[in-house]
Amino acid sequence: MTPLLSVRDLRVGFGQNPAANEVVKGVSFDLAAGETLAIVGESGSGKSVTALSVNRLVDFGGGRITNGSIILQRSDGSTLDVAKAEEKVLRTIRGRDVGMIFQEPMTSLNPVHTVGAQIEEAFKLNRGLHGAEAERAALDVLDRVRIPDAKSRLAYYPHQLSGGMRQRVMIAMALASSPRLLIADEPTTALDVTVQAQIMALLAELRAETGMSMIFITHDIGLVAGIADRIMVMQHGLAVEQNTTDAVLDNPQHDYTKHLLNAVPHFTSGKAVRADGERAATSEPIIKVDDLVVRFPVKKGLFQPKGAIHAVDGVSFDLMPGETLAIVGESGSGKSTTARAILGLVEKHRGAIAAKPGRSRRPIQMVFQDPFASLNPRLNVEALMAEPAIANGQKLDDALRDRMRFLLDRVGLPADVLNRYPHQFSGGQRQRLCIARVLMLNPDVVVLDEAVSALDVSVQARVLDLLVDLQREFSLAYLFISHDMAVVERIAHRIAVMYAGQIVEIGEARSVLSDPQHSYTKRLISAVPAIERRRQHFAIDATQVPSLVRPAGYEPPPANWREAGQDHRVRIEEAK
Amino acid sequence: MNYVVQRLLTFPLILLGVSVLVFVSIRMVPGDAITAMLGTEAGLLTPAQRSALAAYFGIDQPVWSQYLRWLSGLFQGDLGISSIYGKPVLAIIIERFPLTLQLALMSMVIALSVGVPLGVFAATRNEKPSDLIVRMLAMLGQSTPSFVIGVLIIYVLSVFFGFVPAMGTFTPLFVDPLASIGQLIFPAITLGFAFAASVTRISRSAMLDVLSDDYIRTARSKGASQRSVVWRHALPNALIPVVTLSGVEFGYLLGGAVIVEQIFALPGLGRLVLDAITQRDYALVQGTVLFIAFNFLLVNLLVDLAYVALDPRIRIGGR
Repeated sequence: MTPLLSVRDLRVGFGQNPAANEVVKGVSFDLAAGETLAIVGESGSGKSVTALSVNRLVDFGGGRITNGSIILQRSDGSTLDVAKAEEKVLRTIRGRDVGMIFQEPMTSLNPVHTVGAQIEEAFKLNRGLHGAEAERAALDVLDRVRIPDAKSRLAYYPHQLSGGMRQRVMIAMALASSPRLLIADEPTTALDVTVQAQIMALLAELRAETGMSMIFITHDIGLVAGIADRIMVMQHGLAVEQNTTDAVLDNPQHDYTKHLLNAVPHFTSGKAVRADGERAATSEPIIKVDDLVVRFPVKKGLFQPKGAIHAVDGVSFDLMPGETLAIVGESGSGKSTTARAILGLVEKHRGAIAAKPGRSRRPIQMVFQDPFASLNPRLNVEALMAEPAIANGQKLDDALRDRMRFLLDRVGLPADVLNRYPHQFSGGQRQRLCIARVLMLNPDVVVLDEAVSALDVSVQARVLDLLVDLQREFSLAYLFISHDMAVVERIAHRIAVMYAGQIVEIGEARSVLSDPQHSYTKRLISAVPAIERRRQHFAIDATQVPSLVRPAGYEPPPANWREAGQDHRVRIEEAK
Repeated sequence: MNYVVQRLLTFPLILLGVSVLVFVSIRMVPGDAITAMLGTEAGLLTPAQRSALAAYFGIDQPVWSQYLRWLSGLFQGDLGISSIYGKPVLAIIIERFPLTLQLALMSMVIALSVGVPLGVFAATRNEKPSDLIVRMLAMLGQSTPSFVIGVLIIYVLSVFFGFVPAMGTFTPLFVDPLASIGQLIFPAITLGFAFAASVTRISRSAMLDVLSDDYIRTARSKGASQRSVVWRHALPNALIPVVTLSGVEFGYLLGGAVIVEQIFALPGLGRLVLDAITQRDYALVQGTVLFIAFNFLLVNLLVDLAYVALDPRIRIGGR
């Protein structure tokens, strides 16, 4: 039996001289009908370019296939070498034989057309349906991707839908013509972890229903463990290993695969938590947050009463010197707002934040998520690092430069980088630079807001190790804000789980991760993809986060807590 | 709707500010009004005649009392009497404005119908020879002064075709539409030339941005044709900067086009303001500037409404 797709020695280059600028350097693989292949790799590995070559969308990004063949079996039984096909022919395979969904559901839908119009277009292009027929088909496919209240959603514009809903719309569009091959390019990377679990479950169900093949591109080998039949690991444009999923996961051959499986954070339900840092009951907390409330007013209209978004509602916790408290939660849970309120970057509505006088006048510093956006591209390293010190009234003198060199050395950057500019560094190096910068003022507390989320997985692991080392050396306390449970497991001593503006569970990391008590924590943890749980199957769970917009004057009911162990408290849920 | 009302409520405040500014600044120009009005003959006036004239125009009063008098007239729909024409300012504006409005509209139609397609065309041929040619033309159009184009057009028409466009008086659109459009077509081309060049450049760069957006890739992944990608998916997203530019340019044109009016001897608002300023016709300057400012505000409001129509994210708001 001939495979659905057979790629041989594929080479793809970019720029004026594609042969010299190769991103994919000779990749071969076969995909049988109904099979799912996962292509795993980090940024720059060529995994997306490989996938985009299959429907030749790579041409529009400036790529050229310089060598090799991509033999696709079409639905009418004929075969086509996609690598050499004309644009006119390619247009007939896109959508019809090969559907595709992308990473960013926020930007992948056209903002000026309704969801319905965009899905109908797919039916018009590939099935020749028109008018009411196309509308019926669009409604039907929205139902298939389990969008609640599909009929009224057809008239929605993309910005009116959440990220998860938009990704369902993308999937609906790709399914419009019942393609035999679906390419999914990091379809869940931009989504919250519980939404990711829903989309993964949906894709698995649709695959079973339709019998289509899938190419699933991801940087997270744990994510595809449950869905892929085969895994191909890519590094620097080469396929370094490909085999059945079990063989790759249980018996990896290539060093890079082993590295991805072992050195990179994978969630293990609390088995990998740190062993250091016993909480000393005697010492005084360095930050004490008591009943913190942050609200953003919303204007409804000229005469309607004003309400407020209750972004943070009654959050209390202590942070001890030298300890890491991780605040985990999904987008909109209020975790970043909590951090910003502690630094005074947003105004608090109520509550007390007490910081113990520390080693310096600015005891709390912050590292942000995006190392590309948080360094001014026009300043060199010396100016960037001097900034906090100068803002604090110090002079840029030799003593300050000595401190810069000392800290750069500590974060693993050579001392001769002082004259370089941010664009000369990689993402990981930039984040090291940001970390060195916050240490300039010798803080007691560093707030890390998704500080490793934008980094490649193996870089992530190294930056986490660095953070642990620095914490010991400078006895820093970390407030570590993250959505990524695997990362949190590696660095946290204690964990606070936030949901809808409130802490629902807080306690010692191992206890919270291995024995979650609150229903939301349970849902969050079960949604985290894990290699060891790959044979477990999850039902689609479409629980929505409640709206945080409250009428003026609304106060939440007082929180009641119960102890779930020594240093592990859970908010008591109201019976429904 | 609420929004439109709110915006309209701010108009009187802005216009009040504009009127104060104009009122004061025209009086700060050196030289006195009587001399400017009468020219050399002003030297023949006796001091008594001079002060009688000043009293007649009301300019012997302190500025604030002049302003209050003018303002109270304004509320009764009286913009004062022009010293040049001896007619009510409002009547003069009503007489001159149709030409200016029609000229501005025609220039905009020309600019958009030439500029947008050219810009879209260039964007889809990015860095190819045809793109470079369009970009060069646009650069040329923007950098050539309008009087050069106007003089060239008149020269070519009269020397090679023996045709001289009607000058001096203006045939309104409702009297004889063809003659009216025919009379303004060459001035409109002159003005539309640079306007079209700006539209070309801005629509080219907006399209280039949009064409690299993710949803364009999505459209292609569905199998959409190049034509559908460009006109259906990309262009509606690229129109906002074009509308912004057109609004600003159109607003300027409503203030009159002095040079083109001069070249083609057209009685528009531009020359009116120019004459009023050089001859210190206080009432006329105040009236026309206020009128022009009002038009500008109105155009800006229309531009904002166009955004609302173009972009559902503004129209419907977030979740």
